[in-house]
This record gives sequence, C-alpha cells and structure tokens, in this order.
Amino acid sequence: MTTSESTLTRVAAPSRPIRARLALTLAAYGGLAAATCLLAPLVGSTPISLARAFDRSIPFADNVDAQIFFVARMPRVLAGAVVGAALASAGVVLQALLRNPLATPFTLGVSAGAALGAILAITFGAVVTVGPFSPVPLASLGGAFAAAAVVYVMATRPGRAMSTSILLLAGVTLNSFFSALILFVQYMADFTDAYRTLRWMMGDLDVGSFQPIFAALPLVGLAFLIFAALPSSLNLLSVGSDVAATRGVDVGRAQRLAFVSSALATSAAVSLAGPIGFVGIVVPHLVRLMAGVDHRIVLPASALFGASFLVACDLVARTVLAPVEVPVGIVTAMLGGPFFLWLLVRKH
Amino acid sequence: MSLTVKQVSFGYDVRERAAADGLTLRDVSVAIRRGSLTGLLGPNGCGKTTLLRLMAGVLRPTRGTVALNGRRLDTIPRRELAQHVAVVPQETHPAFDYTAIEMALMGRHPHLGLFQLEGPDDIAIAHASLAATGTAHLASRPYITLSGGEKQRVVIASALTQSAEVLLLDEPTASLDLAYQLEVAALLSRLNRDRGVTMVLATHDLNLAASLCDTLVLVRAGRVLAQGPTRDVLTSALVQQLYDVEADVRFHDGAGHLTVVPIRRAP
Repeated sequence: MTTSESTLTRVAAPSRPIRARLALTLAAYGGLAAATCLLAPLVGSTPISLARAFDRSIPFADNVDAQIFFVARMPRVLAGAVVGAALASAGVVLQALLRNPLATPFTLGVSAGAALGAILAITFGAVVTVGPFSPVPLASLGGAFAAAAVVYVMATRPGRAMSTSILLLAGVTLNSFFSALILFVQYMADFTDAYRTLRWMMGDLDVGSFQPIFAALPLVGLAFLIFAALPSSLNLLSVGSDVAATRGVDVGRAQRLAFVSSALATSAAVSLAGPIGFVGIVVPHLVRLMAGVDHRIVLPASALFGASFLVACDLVARTVLAPVEVPVGIVTAMLGGPFFLWLLVRKH
Repeated sequence: MSLTVKQVSFGYDVRERAAADGLTLRDVSVAIRRGSLTGLLGPNGCGKTTLLRLMAGVLRPTRGTVALNGRRLDTIPRRELAQHVAVVPQETHPAFDYTAIEMALMGRHPHLGLFQLEGPDDIAIAHASLAATGTAHLASRPYITLSGGEKQRVVIASALTQSAEVLLLDEPTASLDLAYQLEVAALLSRLNRDRGVTMVLATHDLNLAASLCDTLVLVRAGRVLAQGPTRDVLTSALVQQLYDVEADVRFHDGAGHLTVVPIRRAP
C-alpha cells in the first residue's frame, strides 16, 4: 500500500503539464481500482484462486472458483465500485459548487431525500417503471431532486452570489426533516418491512445479483456524462462565481448541471446500497492531498479512488467479524467520523 | 474595443426596482474609449462596483444598455465576451489550494473548448503573464500562502492570461502597501501603454487615479456627477461635492501629476 500511495502522490505533482498529469492519474488510479475489484472477490469464507476463476479451459458449470468469483462475490464488489465512484464524485462536485470542502450529498439533505424516496418505494412495494428506470432508483431520484431543488431555490437570488450558509442550513434542516419522515414510515410499516428498511438504512452492498446494479446504471451513466463536462467550470466556480462568469462560465447553467448530476449520482448510489456516509468527504480530501486540487484531475481520480475505497471498506465489513457481516455504512462512518473531525481541526 | 454604457439604471431586487429612488444606479451613461485608462471614483456604496459588474456583463441593466463595439452585452455569449473583457476583482478567495500558475492558467478558459486541455501555447502565455506581473518565481506556490500584494499580482496575471482587450479592475490596490501600490500602478500603466489594453478601474485612491487615469468618472448616489479628462474633473470643488471633504488639489512637479490632499470634512 505504501508504494502505491507514493506512486499516486508523485504522478500528479501540479508542476507537470495537465495532459501528462491526467494520463498518469487515470493510469495509476484506474490500475488501483481494477486491482481492488479483481482481488476483493478472492477474499471470503471459501478461498479461491484468481487464475482458476479466469481459467477458460474448465467449463463454467464445473468451475467452482469462477462461480464464486463471478456469481457470488462480483455483484457485491461491482456495487461497491459503482456506489463508491458515484458518492465520491458527487462530493467533489458539491464541494466545488458550494466553495466548501466539507459539503457532501449528506450535508445538503440530498441523500436523506433519496433515502426517503427509496424507503417509500420499498415499504409500499411500488411497481412504477419509466423506460429503463425501475421503481426504487426512480423514487430515490424523486427524493434527491426534491431536496436539491428546495436548497437550490432557497439559496439563489438573481444578481447575487449563491448563499452557501443558507444552502448548508437548509441542508441540515432537510436532513433532519427527511430522517423524521423515514422514522415515521418505519414506525407505520409492519415488523418485517421495518427491519428490512432499518438494515438498508445502515448501508449495505449485499445486492445479491447484477440486476440491481443494472437498474441503477442509467442514473449513474447520465450523472457521469454530465460530470465529464463540468471540471473546468468547477475550478472557476470554486474561485468565485463572479470570477467564473467573467472567465466565460455560464454560472447559472453550471450550477444547475452540478446540482442535477450530483443528485442523479447520489440517488443511484442510495437506491443501490442505502445511505452510505462519509465516502463523499473522505475520498475527495485524500485525492486532493495526493494529486492537487485541479478538478480535471480530482474528479476522475476521486471516482476511481472512491470505487477502490468502498470496495476495500466492504472487504473489511465482511471479514472483520466473520462469519458476521457488518454493514459497510458502519465501517465508512467509523473511518469517516474521526477523519471529518481531523479535517475541521486541521482547518483552524 | 469601446465600451458604452447608455442610460443605464439598475436595481438588485424587485422592491428596489419598484421604488424609483431606491435604484443602485440611475440613468448612467459612460463611454469608454479604446485604449483609455478610466478611473471610477465615488464614496462607499455609490455604485462603482455595480457599474463594473454591469460593464463585465455579470449583471444585466434594469433599463438601458451596455454595449461592446456596438453589440449589446446580453447578446454576446459568455465565452466570447470573456475573450474580450477580463475582470480583476477586489479580493479573490479560492476554496482550494490552487498554485499561482494554476490560477493564472484559469484565464485561458474562454479560449479552450469544452474538453480541451491547455497546450504549450497556453502555458507559455500564463508564464509570460506571471513574468509581466513579477510573480514568475511564485508559480508553484499555493495561492493562499502568498502575501496580499503577491495575490493581487497573480490575479492580475490571471486576467492578463485571458488576452482580453478590456480590463476592468475593482480597487486593485486596496489591500496593498505603498510599495506594491506603486508597483501595481506602474504595471497597469505599462500594460495600457505597451499592449494597448483599455482599462476601467474603480478606486478610492485619488492620487492613484490622478497618476494613472486619463479620464475620470465621478459617481455619487448612483448617478454620474461629472466625467471627463482627469485634469478637468479632478478639482477641489468636485472632490468636495463627491465626498463632502475639503481637499487641496494641485499639480505636483516631482510626481508629474495632480495630487489630492484631504483637509477636513466639509460642514
């Protein structure tokens, strides 16, 4: 781990030209993500071999290692990678947008909105589908958009800069409000549903099959398409909205795109694995420490590092108390809580 | 590049716009000639910064028009406008630890396509801008660790990197000590003379305006009190009308320009 960390730090020194930095960053963080996703499924109650899992000479039906690798463990690892990438990127986007390194989908109430939507869909067994979107991601998206829209409308006034303090206060309020609604839904639900949603609220990547991942993929895909267009605007927005405007950024449009894309990514992640906290704050900060602060580097690097980070956390979650599996949200919170406090102390 | 402000009124919100005397700017007309160096003077809250933001196209006039070479600003796409007009704000506080060269390179944004990364030419322009503002040696330092004067010069370098013909500056020397004030003033004067950059600068420093600007616009309570060549407009009578301060205005042989010495608040 030490060698890979120092490699990650060196490749992206701000003195190199951006093209070289971007290529090296993608190679280093992409390699790390690929390695994590290939190695994580090897760990578990039954030890398996990577070489045997990929051995095409044995028919799949007879290859127990391949079955465990691809059927039993891969969905969970992929879910971790998708959720980690989505939450870390959403964190990067919101931090630049609000010019506040402590902003996340959680502090803005976007995750709580997504969680409420998903809980309602799970509890009442919603069956509405629109195109490629299935009910739980869709309900989650509705909740996330409602929360993002409320905080955005409250914090913006024509001709004035967006008010970060109103955004954060509205976010905290929405967070508590949605949490109360979630508790109410759980209270009204029958015992089995209530237990199921309670377990879901802890954050859990045990998705069972590839199907839920496919269901969340359209949202994640759309979010990442928008993310791809944002980084240079995010650089300027994080310097100041007037500066961004006078350097040629359409500030209103960039802000709306940032809100919409981070709400899309958050709702996809929450619908897939429940509200897993702290990924959106820990990952972007670690990446900035290693790779500098240019969002053209930070955004893709955080997506890739977020994938590795959550897969690694989930590996801890399912092995630390084996055979008992700890919800991964508890592991990220145990790491993230102290990290968040350390950030606050370091800042002042 | 000429910038024309024609009968512009501006109010920040609906309530302000409804009450005719509550407007931040009222019926302001200013013509900025190509290659000129214009100073905007006036007391706190008179509307100088608002006028600069209107000239930058960040705000849209409630009534009247702002035009660049005869084209109304709201019909010019943001990127295109940013290729012609750059702004140096009063203070710049980035949320993250960008280095000085990263700050300067952000000035290339209007010249790059959506997915285009800056190339060797852009990097050369950014380094040249840092060199022009005497900050080349700070290139790899984090911006927030620089002193006030160094920060302001890096921000000016970032605006220069934008390669715009018009530069709008909001109190560019307010946070600087005497030596840096002179240095920034000399830099602006040089840029105006050598590169033909048209500049508009809002300032409280009457002596800076006197030494630097060929034209002055005096703004009081949202209206233009007077405008014209510096030697005609910078008079004791107008300074008193502008600030309610009695001042001694005379030509200083050593400095080679008018100087203003405030005496007392006018009764």
